[in-house]
Amino acid sequence: MFDGVRDLYNKTILERGRKPLHMRALADYDATAKGDNPMCGDRVEVWVKLAESGVIAETGYKARGCEISVVSADLMVEAVAGHSPAATRALFSSFRQMVETGICADCAKALQPLQPLSAVHKYKSRIKCATLPWHALIAALDGTTASVSSEGGST
Amino acid sequence: MIDLARIRADFPILGETIRGKPLVFLDSAASAQKPRPVIAAMVHAMEHQYANIHRGLHWMSERTTEAYEQARDAVATLINANDRHEIIFTGNSTGAINLLAHSYGRGIMKPGQAVVISEMEHHSNIVPWQMLRDQHGIELRIAPITDAGELDLNAFEALLSDGRVGLVSITHMSNVLGTYTPAERICQISHAHGAKVMFDGSQAIVHRRIDVQALGADFYCFTGHKLYGPTGIGVLWGKRELLNAMPPFMGGGDMISSVSFEASKWAEVPHKFEAGTPAIIEGIGLKAAIDYVQAVGYDAIAAHEAALTDHALARLGNVEGLTILGRAQDRGGVISFTLAGAHPHDVATLLDRQGIAVRAGHHCAEPLMRRLGVDSTARASFGIYTTPGEIDALADTLEKIREFFT
Repeated sequence: MFDGVRDLYNKTILERGRKPLHMRALADYDATAKGDNPMCGDRVEVWVKLAESGVIAETGYKARGCEISVVSADLMVEAVAGHSPAATRALFSSFRQMVETGICADCAKALQPLQPLSAVHKYKSRIKCATLPWHALIAALDGTTASVSSEGGST
Repeated sequence: MIDLARIRADFPILGETIRGKPLVFLDSAASAQKPRPVIAAMVHAMEHQYANIHRGLHWMSERTTEAYEQARDAVATLINANDRHEIIFTGNSTGAINLLAHSYGRGIMKPGQAVVISEMEHHSNIVPWQMLRDQHGIELRIAPITDAGELDLNAFEALLSDGRVGLVSITHMSNVLGTYTPAERICQISHAHGAKVMFDGSQAIVHRRIDVQALGADFYCFTGHKLYGPTGIGVLWGKRELLNAMPPFMGGGDMISSVSFEASKWAEVPHKFEAGTPAIIEGIGLKAAIDYVQAVGYDAIAAHEAALTDHALARLGNVEGLTILGRAQDRGGVISFTLAGAHPHDVATLLDRQGIAVRAGHHCAEPLMRRLGVDSTARASFGIYTTPGEIDALADTLEKIREFFT
């Protein structure tokens, strides 16, 4: 019955949704921020630990929300490991392009861990679910204290 | 009994297919679909009978004024208002509640008085009162609901016992739980403690005959687009002596009897509250919607929807892992639910792929979501055109979704 949605709800998404690999709070962290999409009820909190070199050593998150937002957070943790804040922002920019348009022009190796979310662009109402944890991560790196959202027009 | 096939034939959109599957529209509580007579009336107005109203001396203006004012008569009859001048057109229910919060809240109530709302209000019946609280020194009190999702009448009465409550503004039917509130009792209790009562009837009037005088209400509001009419038009009804005492909310054309640069005189109700060119075509559409509903008849509508709701509660109740929120004795065709192991948004996406439209989210009722201990729910809501087969399709698909995620 749901063959048509296997592109979005693929094996990775379903498995990770059932059993996220990286959902945990960090006790020792350098930055943290919250993301909140009140219209759908998706919430995420992100913690980041930086290495001495300034790259991301570890990312943790807690999420309450739909499959797409939770799995996006889980995959994000893997994708940003070892990235500098600048590289993380660039990666988000490519990721956002992929989930908004389906086109990933410079679909570099860095985007590979995020490929399971490549069909999100076909589900317009779900793009904001995929980008919410990234908004929280970038907010943490920026030192933003207010909760951020991907609702209200801008994903 | 209702002739479902004939009714469905009146709603052109129900013939649409979504990705090759017939549209199963279970989101009428957000906004209902429109029958052909509503569409035709609005098109007819624009093609044959349109000009600005209440001011022209020419044939077109006179005829358009007449058509628009017939909508006021239709509303007055629909809710059994004592007087057609008690019908004020607004943009929607939100507009009606804001009008009341300004004109009654700031114009009549005094700082130190209180407004009571309930725990199961739509944001539109929360935020205007918070603004009144913050700007005018009015206390805002929240009447709790029980775990069954019904108004706790004892706690409600206790909130009024100090006599400081000037106004109770409460839903007549929850847009999340489908619960009807006991309107007559609310009015009796409120009046005994000196408070006036406003009902948000946005959902209730779609499903039940509303008699504002029999309820004992002081104010009542609803919106056209949920009642099979167009967007952009809603109604505030109020008792005439209350409306007469209230200052206007917005100033402008149409609401004055005379204007000079020193001062202006207000028009009589309802025009005092209807500044500016109104939603003329939408008013004409609303009249067609009311005529349609009246022709089907509220007895038939209520019987149809009660049967649908019973059927849905039974079918959905049998879906493994599905929890229905609220179990009020007196409830209608709005059912919120969660499905274990599947977030409401994922549920809605998968339903959508089968052509089934439900709402998922907080339903503009975040405080109620917190009270129920959930972040969001999926909601199926029924209309005059909903069939038992559509509810079966929903239940069958939810079973499959449950399997999909486990």
